[in-house]
Amino acid sequence: MSARRPLCTEDAGTVLARHQGLFDDSPFRRAATLAAPAGIFGLTIFAVWWLAIPFSQIGPGLASLGKFIALMFPPSSGGHLDLLVKAMGETLAIAFLGTLIATVAAFPISFLAAKNTTPHGVVRFVIRRGLDTIRGVDALIWALVFVGVVGLGPFAGILAIAISDTGALGKLFSEAIESTEERARESVLASGGTSLLAVRFGLLPQILPIIAGQILYYFESNVRSATIIGIVGAGGIGLQLSEQIRTYDFDQVAFAVMMILVTVAIIDWISSKLRFAIIGRRAVG
Amino acid sequence: MTSSLLSVPQARLEALLADYRREVGRQRRQSLLVLAILAILALIAGHVGEVDLNNLFQNISNFTSYFGRIIPKLTFAHFGADVADWYWDIRGWLKLLLDTVLIAYLGTLFGAAGAFMFAFFAAANLAPGNVMRWSIKRIFEFCRTVPDLVFALMFVSAFGLGPLAGILAIGIHSFGTLGKQFTEAIENIDMKPIEGVRSTGSRFVEIVRFGALPQVTSTFASYALLRFEINVRSGSVVGMVGAGGIGQDLFVAIRKFYYTDVSAILLMIIVCVAIIDLVTERIRHRLSGKDHSR
Repeated sequence: MSARRPLCTEDAGTVLARHQGLFDDSPFRRAATLAAPAGIFGLTIFAVWWLAIPFSQIGPGLASLGKFIALMFPPSSGGHLDLLVKAMGETLAIAFLGTLIATVAAFPISFLAAKNTTPHGVVRFVIRRGLDTIRGVDALIWALVFVGVVGLGPFAGILAIAISDTGALGKLFSEAIESTEERARESVLASGGTSLLAVRFGLLPQILPIIAGQILYYFESNVRSATIIGIVGAGGIGLQLSEQIRTYDFDQVAFAVMMILVTVAIIDWISSKLRFAIIGRRAVG
Repeated sequence: MTSSLLSVPQARLEALLADYRREVGRQRRQSLLVLAILAILALIAGHVGEVDLNNLFQNISNFTSYFGRIIPKLTFAHFGADVADWYWDIRGWLKLLLDTVLIAYLGTLFGAAGAFMFAFFAAANLAPGNVMRWSIKRIFEFCRTVPDLVFALMFVSAFGLGPLAGILAIGIHSFGTLGKQFTEAIENIDMKPIEGVRSTGSRFVEIVRFGALPQVTSTFASYALLRFEINVRSGSVVGMVGAGGIGQDLFVAIRKFYYTDVSAILLMIIVCVAIIDLVTERIRHRLSGKDHSR
């Protein structure tokens, strides 16, 4: 609107000349700034070429995707609401028991895998690599294996989640143990306590709130992954979901997805309350 | 000897001790209550989840013998030939593994690009409008709660078998998770640079570019790299429903009981994920180190 009064009486050129050093980047940094996007771009081009992505499929694919979405409304239970509720219950049971068993199994293992409580470095190394291997195999593959062992049904899902989470929780617990303060343990030992008492009164109080938070987080994420392991026949709502997608019953797909969304939201809400209660109590006490 | 340390009068000491016992008793009761609730929930879940320990103990030999069978026969005398026999299709598997890594790469890239564009509109401290903020957050939530395998199944139906379905499924899932993480990273930034840029009369884009972006770039890159590693893992799974990559071969090997193939492919995936884990961890450490030095 009106001419602004210049805040700075010097022109930009003089200021720039005076503080040239602030604006000059080292050649290495400049090269890195250029190289990173160039590398990302080059790899993208290579990936598109290597995978031979059929761009001609995108148009018709989007059209049929649009059709699927149109078929989703209105969502309907297709007359087997009881079946879906039972499957959702199975999903929750798989997540809960899987997390519980994994916790019970991972807890003692983690003491062997932590640097400050392990009986020997070799034990620690072996257990760590073992946990890494278990973790490297996806829960869905464990589910396939356990379907072969105990047959179709949610029990296979429970075992799959329990095994794959033992790997993950064992690692997280042992890291929590390693990050504890040594002094509390030492003072228990100094007052004549056994090493077991030192762990109970010097270490456990430090790690309990941390691992409780991690367990809750894994329970949440297991509810999500328990919704899919049904696809390979390991119980839960995934079986219904994959059947409905294969038979193009998209109104029922939408219904099942909405059930999952609502359940996950409720679980998240409850566990965030619980987490706050645990951390809050620690902060006060 | 002890009298000099314990100069508390007897009555006071007893009161303190009673208090202590009451407090310990309260905590113990609380822990017992939690344990009881957990036990009841476990019983219910065990019933719903058809837990059958008899079945497990009877068939546990299947489980152990399964691992016995997937381990290849390697003899010291013909070690080279045995390994060659074990990895009889190494060329094909390596190609498929590269497929999986590239599917994960493109999926992560698209997810990260989308999350980057939307996260600034979803962060409480920068978002121009509350309605937009709320709806973007719900979209993020939807994309990360619906399992990527469900997206993959739908996309395979829509776009046909092949990597396109896998890229889109992984991309949408990454969009949801990265969107949430990016938003939280933006909500944690220092607001002073934002105020500085805003006071010069800048528009939204300039505020984001010069006030927020320099603070979050390395965090974003770190989250995206972590997500890439996770996506390589799940990329090997979405292949199972026909969305490209090595998952299809793994699925066939498990289902048709080609035992040594299972171990060969699994080992390749584990090693590949471990390498990517190592490399991205180094880059992430360097990124966060750069953050601290500034």
